[in-house]
Amino acid sequence: MNPDLQKERAGASFNPELLTNVLDGSPENTRRRREIENLILNDPDFQHENLNFLSRSQRYEVAVKKSAIMVQKMRKFGIADPAEIMWFKKLHLVNFVEPVGLNYSMFIPTLLNQGTTAQQEKWLHSSKGLEIIGTYAQTEMGHGTHLRGLETTATYDPETQEFILNSPTVTSIKWWPGGLGKTSNHAIVLAQLFTQGKCYGLHAFIVPIRELGTHKPLPGITVGDIGPKFGYDEMDNGYLKMDNYRIPRENMLMKHAQVKPDGTYVKPLNNKLTYGTMVFIRSFLVGESARSLSKACTIAVRYSAVRHQSEINPGEPEPQILDYQTQQYKLFPLLATAYAFQFVGAYMKETYLRINEDIGHGDLSELPELHALTAGLKAFTSWTTNTAIEACRMACGGHGYSHCSGLPNIYVTFTPTCTFEGDNTVMMLQTARFLMKSYDQVHSGKLVCGMVSYLNDLPSQRIQPQQVAVWPTMVDINSPDSLTEAYKLRAARLVEIAAKNLQTEVIHRKSKEVAWNLTSIDLVRASEAHCHYVVVKLFTEKVLQIQEKSIQAVLRRLCLLYSLYGISQNAGDFLQGSIMTESQITQVNGRIKELLTAIRPDAVALVDAFDFQDVTLGSVLGRYDGNVYENLFEWAKKSPLNKTEVHESYKHLKSLQSKL
Amino acid sequence: MEGNPVHRVSAGDAWSSSMHPDIESERHSQSFNVEELTNILDGGAQNTALRRKVESIIHSEPELSLKDNYFMTQNERYEAAIKKKFHILMLAQRLGWSEGSSELQYASRSVSGDLGFAIHHIFQKTIRSLGSEEQIAKWDPLCSKFQILGTYAQTELGHGTYLQGLETEATYDAATQEFVVHSPTMTAIKWWPGDLGRSATHALVQAQLICSGARQGMHAFIVPIRSLDDHSPLPGITIGDIGPKMDFEHTDNGFLKLDHVRIPRENMLNRFAQVLPDGTYVKLGVPKSNYLSMVVVRVDILLGEVLPLLQKACTIAVRYAVIRRQSRLRPSDPEAKVLDYQTQQQKLFPPLAMAYAFHFVANNLLEFFHHSYSFILDGDFALLPELHALSAGLKAMLSDFCTQGVEQCRRACGGHGYSKLSGLPSLLTRVTASCTYEGENTVLYLQTARFLIKSYLNTQKSPGSALKGSLPQSVAYLTAPDLARCPAQTAADFLQPELYTTAWAHVAVRLIKDSVHHLQTLRQAGADEHDAWNQTTVIHVQATKAHLYYVTVKIFTEALEKLESQPAIHQVLKRLSDLYALHGILTNAGDFLHDGFLSGAQIDMARKAYLDLLPFIRKDAILLTDAFDFTDQCLNSALGCYDGHAYERLFQWAQKSPTNTEGNPAYEKYIRPLLQGRRARL
Repeated sequence: MNPDLQKERAGASFNPELLTNVLDGSPENTRRRREIENLILNDPDFQHENLNFLSRSQRYEVAVKKSAIMVQKMRKFGIADPAEIMWFKKLHLVNFVEPVGLNYSMFIPTLLNQGTTAQQEKWLHSSKGLEIIGTYAQTEMGHGTHLRGLETTATYDPETQEFILNSPTVTSIKWWPGGLGKTSNHAIVLAQLFTQGKCYGLHAFIVPIRELGTHKPLPGITVGDIGPKFGYDEMDNGYLKMDNYRIPRENMLMKHAQVKPDGTYVKPLNNKLTYGTMVFIRSFLVGESARSLSKACTIAVRYSAVRHQSEINPGEPEPQILDYQTQQYKLFPLLATAYAFQFVGAYMKETYLRINEDIGHGDLSELPELHALTAGLKAFTSWTTNTAIEACRMACGGHGYSHCSGLPNIYVTFTPTCTFEGDNTVMMLQTARFLMKSYDQVHSGKLVCGMVSYLNDLPSQRIQPQQVAVWPTMVDINSPDSLTEAYKLRAARLVEIAAKNLQTEVIHRKSKEVAWNLTSIDLVRASEAHCHYVVVKLFTEKVLQIQEKSIQAVLRRLCLLYSLYGISQNAGDFLQGSIMTESQITQVNGRIKELLTAIRPDAVALVDAFDFQDVTLGSVLGRYDGNVYENLFEWAKKSPLNKTEVHESYKHLKSLQSKL
Repeated sequence: MEGNPVHRVSAGDAWSSSMHPDIESERHSQSFNVEELTNILDGGAQNTALRRKVESIIHSEPELSLKDNYFMTQNERYEAAIKKKFHILMLAQRLGWSEGSSELQYASRSVSGDLGFAIHHIFQKTIRSLGSEEQIAKWDPLCSKFQILGTYAQTELGHGTYLQGLETEATYDAATQEFVVHSPTMTAIKWWPGDLGRSATHALVQAQLICSGARQGMHAFIVPIRSLDDHSPLPGITIGDIGPKMDFEHTDNGFLKLDHVRIPRENMLNRFAQVLPDGTYVKLGVPKSNYLSMVVVRVDILLGEVLPLLQKACTIAVRYAVIRRQSRLRPSDPEAKVLDYQTQQQKLFPPLAMAYAFHFVANNLLEFFHHSYSFILDGDFALLPELHALSAGLKAMLSDFCTQGVEQCRRACGGHGYSKLSGLPSLLTRVTASCTYEGENTVLYLQTARFLIKSYLNTQKSPGSALKGSLPQSVAYLTAPDLARCPAQTAADFLQPELYTTAWAHVAVRLIKDSVHHLQTLRQAGADEHDAWNQTTVIHVQATKAHLYYVTVKIFTEALEKLESQPAIHQVLKRLSDLYALHGILTNAGDFLHDGFLSGAQIDMARKAYLDLLPFIRKDAILLTDAFDFTDQCLNSALGCYDGHAYERLFQWAQKSPTNTEGNPAYEKYIRPLLQGRRARL
């Protein structure tokens, strides 16, 4: 063990194990998670060469191999609970990227949600056993988040009772679906349905794409890998072009809408329930933000405790870089953010499960707010995390740029979260739509409930019978509750500004859509402020629930730091809204620096509590034992460029010298 | 040669004869002459012509194509970069392009600097600035003829920006008149130098000089590391590549462990210090002179490496944003170009404005560098502190902002920005390295901060005395009269360069004063000098950033004054200058509101002025990126091509990926057995 880390761990004010239990939900969860992780760590079948030294095609091969053995291993280990499956996958896949993954995460669920009983009987068994491998093909080269813009067509031919699938333009080629390029032999394709000369909008079709036995593309199908990407080397994201490709009528998923043999279209019953899947995935992504940021913080904080640089006092040995105020200021607010997002992620998961149960009982009342909240929080947490991972990487200096740090990999794996499952800007605007609706509702005299209930207290709402709180309130910068109030006021103010600007534009432009576009920057600001408030509120509430005093104390410091740092970074909003005074902002900045000093002794224990295995971190800099430099040297020696002592390109140099 | 589409578009593509109508319509009515703006950026029409001539030569050589870069492994990238360098040198010899000529610079630009031996030139430049005349006479021709290949070995496994912390030792042995160069610990292993891993035969090693038993600090030594016969490592040398990185795969960043390696006394660079045969140490310059080579590199990389990456990213993202259509602005309209969305403009135009602002900033710095460098080489170091502070600060600021800008452009391209074929991931991984190489940015900001504090304290020492007039020009504003309140009364007032430059000056001065005040308060409370400094570094960085923003706003507005004779271009660039200044004010609104310099109402005015600029810039956006005049080959992006046929290129290019052309071994090994179950049952 590196002596610096040993010293850090001995000096912590709390037992990280207790905090780990809080993050896992209970000591029992922690125990079971570790048990599963150890099964993988001790299994020789999961060992492979360091991915950083492999080519893209080799990395894909490793991932396919792992997918192939995973199914049988889970069966063998008796892992069936969804949370346990996730622990299992998280550790053994490291990046959570698997070519066969979409078969389970999209193909099978879609079949279950949209297929008839007969269709499920036909396809479910074979896809569960991986006798067929499916993927889900929605996005096209020219079309993403805006679903209605998709161009792929499925035209019904009553004579043969088949659908004819076509990609009529270059922009209509299916592009990006995971596992499509090389792995899958079936795809659920989203296409515009045409029957009896009329377009009925998007529907889902099961399309065989590769021949069983040879794995060759079927006639009429052009399929392949979309080429190298920023990350996701293990994944064969693919393209799919269809030319007059025929599939039987029964391959349209017909649980909701149907096409009769004669071509008659039968409309689906109202189905708001497809919302559910999106809400689930987006709330899951909030948790992903937390996990990715926690990993990055673990690496950067440990390395900062091991790395020594320059001097604070001349003549003394070089200090740990974690002792520099600038380094603390870079990392501790991110560490606080990681904890904030951990708790928000857990809250989203619970809320989803609770509301999902309500939906099961036919109660859809909370769905609109949940939908708006998940959209906004997915965007808010992923944008923040995206920037924060990069900040952690840069805080590791030059070595952060090497793949040995593991940070480039965490970044490139995480960053697509900002654009997939709904582009973040579009997500923020969806939340804004909900905020504007709520604002209008309050304005017309109706109270709103849930996270937006603060809109009921807007000073402009004169119709309110009760006395409204005096604005501004006095903010106590040492009280998380009081800071939550300050964030609430900021959100209320920015929502109101956006709403008023929107109204003004509507009057001027006479078109709601144009007015919306010309207010969209304000609208995104309002959504961000709303989400920021929600995060502060949830973090504050979580801290109060913690029983153990030492844990509560350290989390309270992080919660304060998170809240104060946000105020400092957005001081303009708080000053302009007269929510805080100049001297309070000065106090906030001073208090932040005190908190940095207070958190410093616990920093390493705080990242230890995330309890990541070294394998999961994939980082030489972030090793638990802190033996960074020796292992960095060993790691480098394994690099492909070092396979020979004199590189083959020496011949170019020789010939250059002879010619100049 | 005119800037016609034929020049810009890759030859041989089926689409190059036609323009995508969505991009053609953008070029239809031109509010300014794009060619004239290109000439301004190139520094004259004759430069534009020369650059294009070089580019067309380079692009006609298939050996210099970048097209397969995204498909290559690290080994292949490295070999390709060496091959390209070799090829360009042969071209240079044939066409008479001399070393350091514009032609060679343009050649390097047109292959995006994807060449081997980049550090070889830094090795050579450092010898020229730190070596004596005899040393230059001996080594320089060897470098020029590539008889030796050099690298510059400064950073170590455990040590980076902080020079004094380096552990490598060079101990003088008077008996043999040799230095013994040695890596005493694991952390002393040289780590990161480019060209070191596989290529270099000689390294310029920065090491602690020990002579006559005394430590004399860092000095530079020429150390032979590989055999000139068979390229094998010399005795006592352990050397290799440091392994895969985010980018710079074409460069063999390396490690070097020295085990008591002996070199002759003459191999210490001795323009500013030397060791006499008996071991006596003689100083010939100020200690700062060692920093000189770092200053040279920092100035060089801004124009040569960092800025073009942002300009390319803007070109790609803006062009793609007029091709990409998404959703509808009105229910009855066709899907809108994404560039028509206000949120998209908010993402792309601030980086575009920076791409122009930084062009003028980097050129201004280069001029100042040339001006001061001639004095310094003659032993007059008066301008060195300012040059050092300005180059350190601007390197940090430009690399930070360019990195954020490139990433913003990448993300503004949605999913396709994640594909390497967009060109954007490579631009990002390349530019982001500049935040930590050649001085970690936080450390650099703090170096500038020290200069600012010193300058500020100078103004306090002798109020009213002649000293005030002698403040270095970049900090002269510290003594300028200052307003307590901003006089703006309307949104339009915020479009006056004088007004926003003054606003930035006000905030910078306030923050510098504030940071000095904090420092002094801590000192008076009994904190020791160094702890007090550490406890105030966060605000020093904040103050320095405000200072640098002020400097860049000022340089940009001054550069525009010189363009008043070209009103159309002046108008379009002034909008960018306005946007640049206002974007900074709005993202740092708290600093402007803090002491009431701006009121809440004024912030709203500034925001209105800012939002009103977006639609104006919108209609010139394509032209503004066209003016950077990157060829398609140089952009190497499926999304950013001049003719706008993004989707066709993306589809065709993807099909050439090795994953599609080289078979699928994973199928035979794993997928087929997986699928066996079904066949058995059939």
